[in-house]
Amino acid sequence: MSDTSSSVVITPATSTAHKGDVVGAGQAAGKGWFYTDTVKEHFFHPKNFMEDESAYKDAAMGMVGSPACGDAMKIWIKVDPATQRITDLKWKTFGCGSAIASTSMMSVMVTEDGGRTLEEARKLRPQDIMQRLGGLPARKVHCSVLGDKALRAAINDWYRRSGLVELIEIELGRIIDPETKVTDHDIEEAVLDGADTLEKVQAKLKVGIGNPACIPEVEQLIRFYKEKFFGA
Amino acid sequence: MDPRVLAAMQPYFFETYGNPSSFHTVGMRAKEAVTESRKTIARLLGAHEEEILFTSGGTESDNLAVVGVPRAQRKALQEKLGADVKPHVITSSIEHHAVLEPLLHLQKVGEIELTILSVDREGMIHLKDLEAALKPATVLVSIMTANNEIGTMEPISAIGRALLVWRKEHTTPYPFFHTDACQAAGVLDLNVEKTHVDLLTMNGSKIYGPKGIGILFVRRGVKVEALIRGGGQERNIRSGTENVPGIVGLAKAFELAQEERETENARLIALRDRLVAGLLAIPKSRLNGHPIERLPNSANVSFLDIEGEAAVLYLDAEGIMVSTGSACASLSLDPSHVILATGLSYEAAHGSIRFSLGHATTIEDIEKVIAVMPGIVERLRQMSPVNLDMKYFL
Repeated sequence: MSDTSSSVVITPATSTAHKGDVVGAGQAAGKGWFYTDTVKEHFFHPKNFMEDESAYKDAAMGMVGSPACGDAMKIWIKVDPATQRITDLKWKTFGCGSAIASTSMMSVMVTEDGGRTLEEARKLRPQDIMQRLGGLPARKVHCSVLGDKALRAAINDWYRRSGLVELIEIELGRIIDPETKVTDHDIEEAVLDGADTLEKVQAKLKVGIGNPACIPEVEQLIRFYKEKFFGA
Repeated sequence: MDPRVLAAMQPYFFETYGNPSSFHTVGMRAKEAVTESRKTIARLLGAHEEEILFTSGGTESDNLAVVGVPRAQRKALQEKLGADVKPHVITSSIEHHAVLEPLLHLQKVGEIELTILSVDREGMIHLKDLEAALKPATVLVSIMTANNEIGTMEPISAIGRALLVWRKEHTTPYPFFHTDACQAAGVLDLNVEKTHVDLLTMNGSKIYGPKGIGILFVRRGVKVEALIRGGGQERNIRSGTENVPGIVGLAKAFELAQEERETENARLIALRDRLVAGLLAIPKSRLNGHPIERLPNSANVSFLDIEGEAAVLYLDAEGIMVSTGSACASLSLDPSHVILATGLSYEAAHGSIRFSLGHATTIEDIEKVIAVMPGIVERLRQMSPVNLDMKYFL
């Protein structure tokens, strides 16, 4: 990848950091590219993506998103039953550069150093993935929030397949948008993070983009949490 | 920008930097340059000199037209039809945001009544839909000459004629007809006597001219209320010191574009058709926009199961710059309003890619795109968990 190639057309926002950006070293260097070198590396040379599903027919699987909302992710995991560590993670992602790079990075983080335990993997946050990517522009954060959800869905699937149903953890809160699996808790967190309009909440969570039927409920929740936390 | 345009502009940054409103020699010379430029543009449009207003670009011209006309007509309209009648404006769902956003704002604040015509699957407006929407309170119709994203050319002359007939039959001066011709300035004959438009937006950036300069053609007798008030420049409709180098550059760029239009169109059409044929050989692809009535310099193609921005990044790595109608490439989270307006599914809109051709595009460039695109689509599809049915294109 040549750094001399212009990014004028594809990067309507400049490389200058915007308010709320998670800025990493790659961006601070002031390069014309919109994404950090780490993001580019994972986008152009994705790690662990699923090339042949035949060996994963019995693997635990989780999927979130839909092509209508612009992002869809599917994740397969293999787990060592003795140690409960994830030894292998494969993925497929429909989405933009950030979505692909985030899933790729997540696959590395979950399987490196002998693999995370299911308990550890469950705690993985989008922020952790972004940190390792060296940051993502603020308006791209929403593209990276589905990976950890897909991972948790795969973990639940593994427990289910292993007969450990008591360990299945339903997503905290109530699912508002079945397509993105966004919960009322996610919306609460988004409002706490400063997203005080539907547009801002959607920028973080993509809720209702492919499934506009849930938008009235989302708006109601935004109002509820705004009043709860900010009294307005 | 065309180097010939830059050369024409250069003197007006240095030797002839004067303010055209001043009476000293440099000021007068700057004023002369503005007058000459206005004459050139008027001649190319088949218009009168005083019908050309200079603005800061396409967005301002569009705003001036769609806000300024209803406001200027409000009083006369209400005297004629009653005090509770709002000016009615007709536009289309695929207009540029510079037309849609101000109109939606006026509708929201209750200044106008707005009808937004839908388009067919090729992005074409149907004359009968427009005629059905006309009513005595319709003061303005704003339909773009050609769409910037999908390249569809609208039946502007037919609309112009139909509006003339309607006015005559109803013995009314309304509605006036505005067109945003930014995308067509380099490729179509914009003669306003042939198209019967009353207002026309054009700018410099799409014709290898300078950015930050545009015109609004306003036919004699059509009243437009000013958006920017001040020193009374541009017949008191658009105050502000004239952007002299920009004006000179715009006139030069428009002149060159119109002179070279036919040879350049023939060249671009051959390249475009080769590109489209090559891209449509890729499985699960679709050409967006009209197959025939389309601009010579653009091709917009959707590929199922992949997301546009990812493809744009891979193409950029090959030195090919394109844009996408995908949500991820825009500031909003929705895919292109134009692609969606043609009835294409969200799924297919996310996978749309716009290829724009220009002066510098060669057959080698086109062959390179055709050579690398199948591999890029194939790789992204391998990574994608989605395998959509072709019905998403229907």
